[in-house]
Amino acid sequence: MEVNAEARRILAVSISKLYASRSQRGGLRLHRSLLLSLVMRSARDIYHSSVPPAEPMDTSPEEPAELDLESGPQPDETSAELSLTARGGAHREEEGEPAEDKENQSPTRCSRKRRGKTSVAPHFLPSKRARLEPGEERHAALPPPPPVSCRIGPAESLTSLSLNRVIPLPGRGGPAWRSFVTRTHGGLARTRSDS
Amino acid sequence: MKCFSRYLPYIFRPPSTILSSSCHTEADIISTVEFNSSGELLATGDKGGRVVVFQREQESKSQPQRRGEYNVYSTFQSHEPEFDYLKSLEIEEKINKIKWLPQQNAAYFLLSTNDKTVKLWKISERDKRPEGYNLKDDDGRIRDPSTITSLRVPVLQPMDLMVEATARRVFSNAHTYHINSISVNSDLQTFISTDDLRVNLWNLEITDRSFNIVDIKPANMEELTEVITSAEFHPQQCHTFAYSSSKGSIRLCDMRQAALCDKHCKYFEEPEDPATRSFFSEIISSISDVKFSHNGRHLMTRDYLTVKVWDLQMENKPLETYQVHDYLRGKLCSLYENDCIFDKFECVWNGSDSVIMTGSYNNFFRMFDRNTKRDVTLEASRENSKPRAILKPRKVCVGGKRRKDEISVDSLDFSKKILHTTWHPHENIIAVAATNNLYIFQDKVN
Repeated sequence: MEVNAEARRILAVSISKLYASRSQRGGLRLHRSLLLSLVMRSARDIYHSSVPPAEPMDTSPEEPAELDLESGPQPDETSAELSLTARGGAHREEEGEPAEDKENQSPTRCSRKRRGKTSVAPHFLPSKRARLEPGEERHAALPPPPPVSCRIGPAESLTSLSLNRVIPLPGRGGPAWRSFVTRTHGGLARTRSDS
Repeated sequence: MKCFSRYLPYIFRPPSTILSSSCHTEADIISTVEFNSSGELLATGDKGGRVVVFQREQESKSQPQRRGEYNVYSTFQSHEPEFDYLKSLEIEEKINKIKWLPQQNAAYFLLSTNDKTVKLWKISERDKRPEGYNLKDDDGRIRDPSTITSLRVPVLQPMDLMVEATARRVFSNAHTYHINSISVNSDLQTFISTDDLRVNLWNLEITDRSFNIVDIKPANMEELTEVITSAEFHPQQCHTFAYSSSKGSIRLCDMRQAALCDKHCKYFEEPEDPATRSFFSEIISSISDVKFSHNGRHLMTRDYLTVKVWDLQMENKPLETYQVHDYLRGKLCSLYENDCIFDKFECVWNGSDSVIMTGSYNNFFRMFDRNTKRDVTLEASRENSKPRAILKPRKVCVGGKRRKDEISVDSLDFSKKILHTTWHPHENIIAVAATNNLYIFQDKVN
């Protein structure tokens, strides 16, 4: 039980750190975000291994990591990728989940599984998929995310983060013109667009 | 008080002045320190994008006690804050790394980098200026042509020494992620810049293109499990470089094998001890710094709690492991909450590769003698550093009864951290950055 409480606390702290890192000067740091997501995954695994399976937290494997990390209008590659990264392990787990809470899934949730294929399409084209505006997403997910700077108690933090709600992520699209690196491959130099 | 020299052959003494800015702002926090290859110059970079270069004073018979002291030589603004309009992201001006180029003429060259852009700076002295122009006055005003009756040739006249820094090259637009390290090749023609997922090879003369030689970005970012944390060229072999990862592994690559060095030729990793597994195992195993030894036979890596020395011929485990501050192992949760667990400490070799040094908290820094296996903890602080006194070894009390001079783990100040240190390439002079203060300690064994 103690481990369980510790895991919940660490999850809450991690989520608040992820939120705080969005407003960090210099943008999201990939390394830090990756480490945060690894801690969250460990805490989530411990938490779920100690919680009895009857609890209605079916979609929770993805929840701690499925945060709307994108801030405002900018389609930040790192923020979108971070969320995908954090769900990397969860993605595999999800297939093993027997009962999924279909009621609480947002309409765009199924698009997450297709997201892996977007690497085939050029990502510098804007995403044409319909998606909720950031403000609407937050409105749809009841209660609002916790304040960034405070340390919150474990019990209230997890419920207030609406772990039963999957928050859809906007696509990875956006104009990211990065064809500036020439890369040699077998001696032939060509302009390589960053993908 | 036990004599310092019993633990290490060096006795470090603080200088008569400690170099720091008078008022401490966020921008004054030193973010990197580096001696040049002769040790004559010492460069520091700070969060405000400034570079300050110190030069060692020449020996002078009239003031023998001032021999070898470092004074400010040049100060310049290397990087300015920028804004990436496409991503709506601010690019910090903080100097992440400075690397010197070996001196080839009268001028000095260094590379400095922030998160996105590397710049080559030339630092040169000017102690003469031309005077006596034909068509303009000494203050620059054009002379009235009707007053010019004779021809004269400008002559170089001595002037007060002026040290000027000019940006000679700007290497930009090659990194999507944040640059964490740069390294100059021993061929003195190329260098690498490294971000979280890629290593790019540049020619010092060419700024509009670079070669990508390592790319660990997965096709599907959901599968990302590790990032590159640091990379360095081998000190002698111009085709070899090493890069460290957030998973605690180091890869040695040979550029002759393939254009894209995604396949390593050596892979260094120590298996994790399952007994020490915790929530934070991944974070504390992430390598924050990797350095080749001067002789090129060893590698040193720093993770959160240890420093490891690896033999390049042995990949499955390190040659030596040194505990920097193992008393923090039980405090990882608190250190995670206050973000200290993400601190990236650097490590450094001395000139003969016999001693290694790294920083810790409470303005402590640690030295480990690889031969005698002795170690010492020293503190960089004004209160404890009287001029020409011997630095007293410090000790952290891990439990039980605390002795008079010891400090308990709970009393450590985690806001005072020494992340950046450097060691003179030939002599026992070290520079230690403690927030906005630079401490230079010299060994004056008589």
